[in-house]
Amino acid sequence: MADIRLEGVGHSYDGGRTWALKPMTWTWQSSRAYALLGPSGCGKTTLLNIISGLITPTVGRIWFGEREVTGVPTAGRNIAQVFQFPVLYEEMSVYDNLAFPLRNRKFPKKEVDQRVRQVSQLLGLDQVLRRRSRRLDPGRQQIVSLGRGLVRPQVAAVLLDEPLTVVDPALKWTLRSKLKEIHRDTGHTLIYVTHDQTEALTFADEVVVLNDGAIVQAGEPAELFLSPSHEFVGHFIGSPGMNMVPAEIAGGVVRVGAAGVGAAPDGLPPGPVRIGVRPEFVRIAGPGASPGAGATVTGIDRMGAYDLVHTRVGEHPVIVKTEAGSACEPDAAVFLHFPADRTFLFRDEVRCGSLAPLNGREPS
Amino acid sequence: MTERTTVADSPAGVAEPATAPAEQAKDTRVDARPKNNRAWWLVLPVVVSVAFTAVIPLMTVVNYSVQDVFSPSERIFVGLEWFRDVARDPEVRGAFVRTLLFSAQVLLIEIPLGVAIAVAMPRRGVSVSVALVLVALPLLIPWNVVGTIWQIFARGDIGLGGWAINNVLGVNFNYTLDSTDAWLTVLAMDVWHWTPLVALLAYAGLRSIPQPYFQAAQIDGASGWATFRHIQLPRLRGVLTIAILLRFMDSFMIYTEPFVVTGGGPGNATSFLSILLSKIAVGQFDLGPAGAFSLLYFLFVQVLCYVFFTVLTRSGR
Repeated sequence: MADIRLEGVGHSYDGGRTWALKPMTWTWQSSRAYALLGPSGCGKTTLLNIISGLITPTVGRIWFGEREVTGVPTAGRNIAQVFQFPVLYEEMSVYDNLAFPLRNRKFPKKEVDQRVRQVSQLLGLDQVLRRRSRRLDPGRQQIVSLGRGLVRPQVAAVLLDEPLTVVDPALKWTLRSKLKEIHRDTGHTLIYVTHDQTEALTFADEVVVLNDGAIVQAGEPAELFLSPSHEFVGHFIGSPGMNMVPAEIAGGVVRVGAAGVGAAPDGLPPGPVRIGVRPEFVRIAGPGASPGAGATVTGIDRMGAYDLVHTRVGEHPVIVKTEAGSACEPDAAVFLHFPADRTFLFRDEVRCGSLAPLNGREPS
Repeated sequence: MTERTTVADSPAGVAEPATAPAEQAKDTRVDARPKNNRAWWLVLPVVVSVAFTAVIPLMTVVNYSVQDVFSPSERIFVGLEWFRDVARDPEVRGAFVRTLLFSAQVLLIEIPLGVAIAVAMPRRGVSVSVALVLVALPLLIPWNVVGTIWQIFARGDIGLGGWAINNVLGVNFNYTLDSTDAWLTVLAMDVWHWTPLVALLAYAGLRSIPQPYFQAAQIDGASGWATFRHIQLPRLRGVLTIAILLRFMDSFMIYTEPFVVTGGGPGNATSFLSILLSKIAVGQFDLGPAGAFSLLYFLFVQVLCYVFFTVLTRSGR
């Protein structure tokens, strides 16, 4: 097992006019569980297929440890890949499905048997080894597809391309914990593609957020949530996503409309910015107590465990997550406070700083 | 009704699950909507057209098959005598064996060949349309024209094919005199005419296989043959079932092309069931035996198709 390193890897499906995946340099560290998160069409699958060798990148080089594999065909890379839908050799039994990759590589019969039994035990397929694979339920079928990848010795990485799409919700949890278990037991590098943030955040050691063919941020789940470095990450992670409000820096103060909500960090030139703050951290406070912006309540969603208060600051919607039983009523005028350490400033969608307390201290 | 609203309005999972389905079942049992069965009249056109295209002609044949018809006014009921006669007739039996052999050869050649062509056909680009048109061309030619084409093509004196076999390969070939040559000519003609159908069906089947299957095969290190054997072939089961049924029925009932090329000869080397049948029915005007013959013929095609279908669909489970 080794790190998988991408050196300036990019891919274009139309001869270089547009990049499906912009040239990037990135290392997938050995034995870690990654989630590759992004909206549909952002290049997740392309990236995955480049790693597994189903696509040869337009530019760049790929290394598995010290071995360059850019030109190595899929079969020579020892990658396990699970697709969105179970891909099985339907005429074969589960046993033959698992044995297929080994038989293709001319492993001796005894070793095939040994490895198949090992993997079937790991995946809990012992009971169904003799069954015809198409007769299994979709969840089991996905596990068999996964098993076909794991059966080979020295798998470099396990790539999962939205593997739980076809599985019903109740089974999803079971399968996900199964995957985690397998990751723990085998120590394979795992790259899990999804557009479901819950799936990504609960599953991975590290979440890599991809947008528009480029990695916008990578980090632990908490880091992405608490400290997004790109507007997209703010929107995409969290439910509901981060509030974005246009503001203006003038004279060292960040203003939303006329109201000053905080101080600008040192060295940030004046001009328009967007402030981003998560609904979890916006506080509804009295006007006198703290710097903030006046807002009008437009509606309240009572979610049971918490309330979502929809407000409008000028033209811009801001959602506040409060405890259940919020006293706010529609059309009420409220005052929103943006805590300094949880409020960030963005320019051209990229974070350029965070809000500083006004006058050097945060009034509460 | 009020109870039901309560169930619908209460949040999911809160309603007592034990009582809810029972109440719903009670609701559906009392169907207050007005009943109107006049829609059945809409079936009438189908009934009428099927009656005139299938049922009435078939019954006419049944009627003939149990009578000895001397003239429109003179007919005698003979029961199943014609059926016995036809079934024992050596000429009919000979034609039956010949036709069965022909169908078997047609299937053995056309199905693998069609699949092979489909696998070899391009998957994308302009060449797809070109290949499709080229492959489909024989299917667009009227049957008797196909017969005429091959009748001339296989001639030793003026036909390109026949001439080439005689003069380039140096093999003596004359389908009007040699029964093997005649047989091969008709077989080659059928292969030329109908393999494209199998190829098109198989091509459609191949195109419907999702890309990940091939990607998975690549990852599993499957060879080209293994990919074909374990991914493509199993997924062609459906279309091949149809192809086999169509090709069996058609080849078992082949008439026009051999009629044009060989007329059933030389001797009776290419005299298939349908050619013999038309000779009895139209040539000799023996309506009784022809009727019995037709029914037996029809029955046999039905039974064999049923067997094919059952075997092919069963084996897939």
